[in-house]
Amino acid sequence: MPKITYILPDGLETVLDAEPGTSVMRTAVSHGVPGIVAECGGNAMCATCHVYVETEAAEGLPAVSDVEDEMLDCTASERCANSRLSCQLHVSEDITVRLPETQV
Amino acid sequence: MTIQSTAQEVTVLELDPFSDEFLNDPYEAHEQMREAGPVFWLERYQLYGVARHDEVSQVLADHETYVSSRGVGISDFAKEKPWRPPSLLLEADPPHHTKARHVVSHIMTPKVLRGLKEGFQERADELVARVAAGKGTVDGVADLAEAFPLEVFPDFIGLPKDGRENLLPYGSMVFNTFGPRNSHFERAMERGAKAQAWIMEQCQPGAPAPDGLGAKIHAAAAEAGYDEVDQAKLLRSFLSAGVDTTVHGIGNALQCLAENPEQFGYLREDPSLARAAFEETVRYSSPVQTFFRTTNKDAELAGIRIPEGSKVLMFLAAANRDPRQWENPASFDIRRKAAGHVGFGFGVHACLGQMLARLEGECFLTALARNVGKLELAGEPVQQLNNTLRGLDSLPLRLTAA
Repeated sequence: MPKITYILPDGLETVLDAEPGTSVMRTAVSHGVPGIVAECGGNAMCATCHVYVETEAAEGLPAVSDVEDEMLDCTASERCANSRLSCQLHVSEDITVRLPETQV
Repeated sequence: MTIQSTAQEVTVLELDPFSDEFLNDPYEAHEQMREAGPVFWLERYQLYGVARHDEVSQVLADHETYVSSRGVGISDFAKEKPWRPPSLLLEADPPHHTKARHVVSHIMTPKVLRGLKEGFQERADELVARVAAGKGTVDGVADLAEAFPLEVFPDFIGLPKDGRENLLPYGSMVFNTFGPRNSHFERAMERGAKAQAWIMEQCQPGAPAPDGLGAKIHAAAAEAGYDEVDQAKLLRSFLSAGVDTTVHGIGNALQCLAENPEQFGYLREDPSLARAAFEETVRYSSPVQTFFRTTNKDAELAGIRIPEGSKVLMFLAAANRDPRQWENPASFDIRRKAAGHVGFGFGVHACLGQMLARLEGECFLTALARNVGKLELAGEPVQQLNNTLRGLDSLPLRLTAA
């Protein structure tokens, strides 16, 4: 099972086992990880499940779609080169993500 | 009773989900449908139904098998001509749908919506404070739930002040016609017919105010290569789906809060719960109760074979109270995490206006929390029966100003 490491804004880390194919967002929400709001439920419409991917050489990740790209321009915290919407990150390998200061 | 679908037996239900009795109070029947199995057969209309959160989500997610281009109502466009030209968004599949959706999602971004918040909040505060200052009972539907969206939404689109009242019968007609040709369907067509001409006029390129969302949609659609007929059709989607739904969302929230005074107390103590309170309303008392899909190929769902050309009725509101998904699903709790409900659908057809609806709901309920000290029912709420929507015709309330 792939492991997802969530680094919270205060530096605390939470590590969760993810069902292969589920998203970083869904895994966080179903385990009550704070800091991922995911208001729209995973439709890439609200930009409130923003994360920074900290895994180096994260080649296994799906590419950023046009819709995700536009949404990333609307995040409440600054967009960086490693910004992603966690609802669009369906994991098959271990991944580490850092949560932004705020989602709304 | 069961019938042999093929591999597995499917429970047959005789109930009529479009009868007055059902539409008035669907919750017991929802329970019956969820317990009948993951998929069931509705004998009266000869179609499949799903009412559990898991299966409803699966049907919503698999848009290649369960298509929208054959209509999202009971009628199969492959067999029957629709009463109006199909929507480019609601009644379309990828890749056509993808292109049309992008035109709109590109314009109505969270950033644009954030820019609206201050203005919406001011107007909500003004309206609620004015209504709360009046004496005697008020109608929560006409005075509040209809008044607020009918003010901010058409302004946002760029519609004229005159004729806005047409938006309600038009929306009601569109949602009624997803159901069978019963009395609600016929009456809605009659009332909606008068509104339709006004709506079509407003949808024409050049008609909406140049600085509103309507003109932006027309311009973006033109740029994407849509002709004037299709530009009008894209705007029509907003006018069809953007008003009645939000009106019912706010009306239902008022009812829920009036009937659960401790919940209104939590909201009063902490007005930042307004957005969560609206979300919980959409779960608990979903404005959009149902949508159909059509199988475009033989499918299998929860081990049950569904042949090509079958209509599948998704009971979104039943999924939103599925005990397999929610703790105490039948209690209205604004402090719960209601995200994950399917009240706005899910997947490629997820409601495009959902973030705008949330914004309107949040601003309205924030205003309620700030300006109203006490919220009480002053009579029996009257349900407005619609083949798709759940909302009120009237809601007698007594408001005490804060």
